[in-house]
Amino acid sequence: MNGAEYLVKFFQDKGVDVIFGYPGGSVIFLYDVLGKSTLKHVLTRHEQGAVHAADGYARVTGKPGVCFATSGPGATNLVTGLANAYLDSVPLIAITGQVALNCIGRDSFQEADIIGITMPIIKHSYMVKEIEQLPAIMEEAWNVAVSGRPGPVVVDIPKDMFMGTVDISVPHKRIVTRKGPQKNGLEEQLPKIIEALSRAERPLIFAGGGIISGQAGEELRKFVDYTHIPMVTSLMGKGAIPETREDVLGMVGMHGKPAANLALSACDVMLALGVRFSDRVTGDPKKFLPDTAIIHVDIDAAELSKNVIAEIPVVCDAGKFLNKILEKMKEKKTKFHVQGWLEQIKEWQRKYPLSYEKGACLKPQQVIEEVARQAGDKAVVVTDVGQHQMFAAQYYPIGGVRNFLTSGGLGTMGFGLPAAIGAAFGRPGENVLLFTGDGGIQMNIQELATAVKNRLPVKIFLLNNVCLGMVRQWQELFFAGNYAHTLLEGNPDFMKLADAYGMKALKITDPKEVAAMVSQALSEPGPVFVECVIDQGENVFPIVPPGGKPSEMLGRWPGEAHISRIS
Amino acid sequence: MKHTLAVLVENQPGVLSHVAGLFARRGYNIESLAVGETEDSSISRITLVVEGDEKVIEQVSKQLNKQVEVIKVNDITNDEIVVRQLLLLKVAADLAARQEIMQIVEIFRCRIVDIGKRSLIVEATGDEEKIQAIIKSLRPFGIQELVRTGNVAMVRGVK
Repeated sequence: MNGAEYLVKFFQDKGVDVIFGYPGGSVIFLYDVLGKSTLKHVLTRHEQGAVHAADGYARVTGKPGVCFATSGPGATNLVTGLANAYLDSVPLIAITGQVALNCIGRDSFQEADIIGITMPIIKHSYMVKEIEQLPAIMEEAWNVAVSGRPGPVVVDIPKDMFMGTVDISVPHKRIVTRKGPQKNGLEEQLPKIIEALSRAERPLIFAGGGIISGQAGEELRKFVDYTHIPMVTSLMGKGAIPETREDVLGMVGMHGKPAANLALSACDVMLALGVRFSDRVTGDPKKFLPDTAIIHVDIDAAELSKNVIAEIPVVCDAGKFLNKILEKMKEKKTKFHVQGWLEQIKEWQRKYPLSYEKGACLKPQQVIEEVARQAGDKAVVVTDVGQHQMFAAQYYPIGGVRNFLTSGGLGTMGFGLPAAIGAAFGRPGENVLLFTGDGGIQMNIQELATAVKNRLPVKIFLLNNVCLGMVRQWQELFFAGNYAHTLLEGNPDFMKLADAYGMKALKITDPKEVAAMVSQALSEPGPVFVECVIDQGENVFPIVPPGGKPSEMLGRWPGEAHISRIS
Repeated sequence: MKHTLAVLVENQPGVLSHVAGLFARRGYNIESLAVGETEDSSISRITLVVEGDEKVIEQVSKQLNKQVEVIKVNDITNDEIVVRQLLLLKVAADLAARQEIMQIVEIFRCRIVDIGKRSLIVEATGDEEKIQAIIKSLRPFGIQELVRTGNVAMVRGVK
């Protein structure tokens, strides 16, 4: 068996059902074998499309996404997608071809040191320099991608390795990880945590992406049902348990829901589960919740006390932690006293609802609300990056884990369309709803071809405001309206463009058409492109100005004519 | 405060750049770094001297631990340790100065490893303070070339 055949067999044995990629000189031998195999391969139109698609696939399935690219430019085109997956802890395996062993280091044609380039932005990488190592490297790469805090792994394979012979009859030498076991401190901390939470007057759960990647949604739901402690989430934690529940207050942070941000600011004990206290949540970390006791549970020890100091740190998988603590609490019949606190939160929700002004102009929030109303909370929702991303996070209640895909950490414009394509492969038979902007979609618009070619039920809602809305908003609020290079004059006619790719195209300009158009888009089989021409001046509110505290939100509150800060 | 970390890593290509890259990108300051094979040839030991408070050192250790090839990180700053670095120093030495230089070399218990027409090479091992003292004593004669390693350190045996 040669190296290429071994790779194809390896992925088939691991249960990989689709690979995203783009061929080239250094992987031509691999593609020769792949083309004759039964392993499904999706040809994207750019390597960045392939890596984001693999990322989207991994996010909806929980299985590693796999992508192939050739050496040099093929490999460097993966870079943004790898960094994106790393910051959001998404398991990926990227196989990059490399020039032949004897050509390495000579600036050969299409040679790039992808191991060196990606070192700071991925979990780990390997270069296969001897064919005998291939099986052991692949096994370890897979384990590294999925274990602990998941992440992307690059395996760089020189061209001649694909042709070398792998003897699978001899058991391959395993790479042994010699790390000692990690102390998690769970047993000593549990009584302290239960004590702190049960004595708290204003306890709060802050759940993040760790709940989703750790498959701990069910455990978290049981925990909330037992304690009645209200919960907020990070952007990455959306859907950790259904947002349609009353005790789930929604997203916190720069554009968080007002009541969620107020609860965050006022809580006396916080149970933080699988979050990393990103600056989009904390603002200035030195001023973040100085009087709150933070219990921080994370599988990655390096996250504990990295950005904010944890009173009680626990290195643990979220599901395991929740099981243990629930068991202990039931045993001790621990009671929680949250009635007054819940009423206070309800009062905030009444006083500071999310709202926007409806008028003659089409508003992005209205489109999202209508799609949510018709498609329901169980649909797969994908966003690009920018204002529409925040509107989707605010106005689309997510009902299930792995149903909300967004570029949280890196904030990668261009993520949306290819990630939606990957998601459609991961969840066959389901509609995938993409909210994107005219800036973001043009960063990977070539992938319309991939969606059409594969007849994927991706419903693209392009919220077109002919500008880079989020930057424009900042220029309006913080740069005296100097709209430097944020207006996207010269945009194409998106209807003609979608049509040119052979995609069904719809356009909404009037708020009254929204319901009918959304209904048509959702019932149409295959991909649909819906251009929504929206109000250019619409801003995302509330907003916590940079460096501010989560409670210091600007917004337009009921009965007030102007934007003001909550006081 | 300066901390000494003993880091056991898999003896593989790329490990050192992983560790050095980690320090650069997270903004930690490496004072010195020394690396070499251990009694087990598949394991290397990196001795790092890092400047930072407890919080920084805790983050450094955790980030190091996260690296796939890192086996173990020990902060041995507060242990009973033997710390050494190696110095090679070429000092100008005409006939008149030679006697005096040789006396200094004897006092510090270092060695002369090369005698040239107009210079001597002095080899010394010791901790940071001793090495500094030797350099200071030989400076008046004219240092022509100087090279030194980072610290290596080992915890003393149980007495």
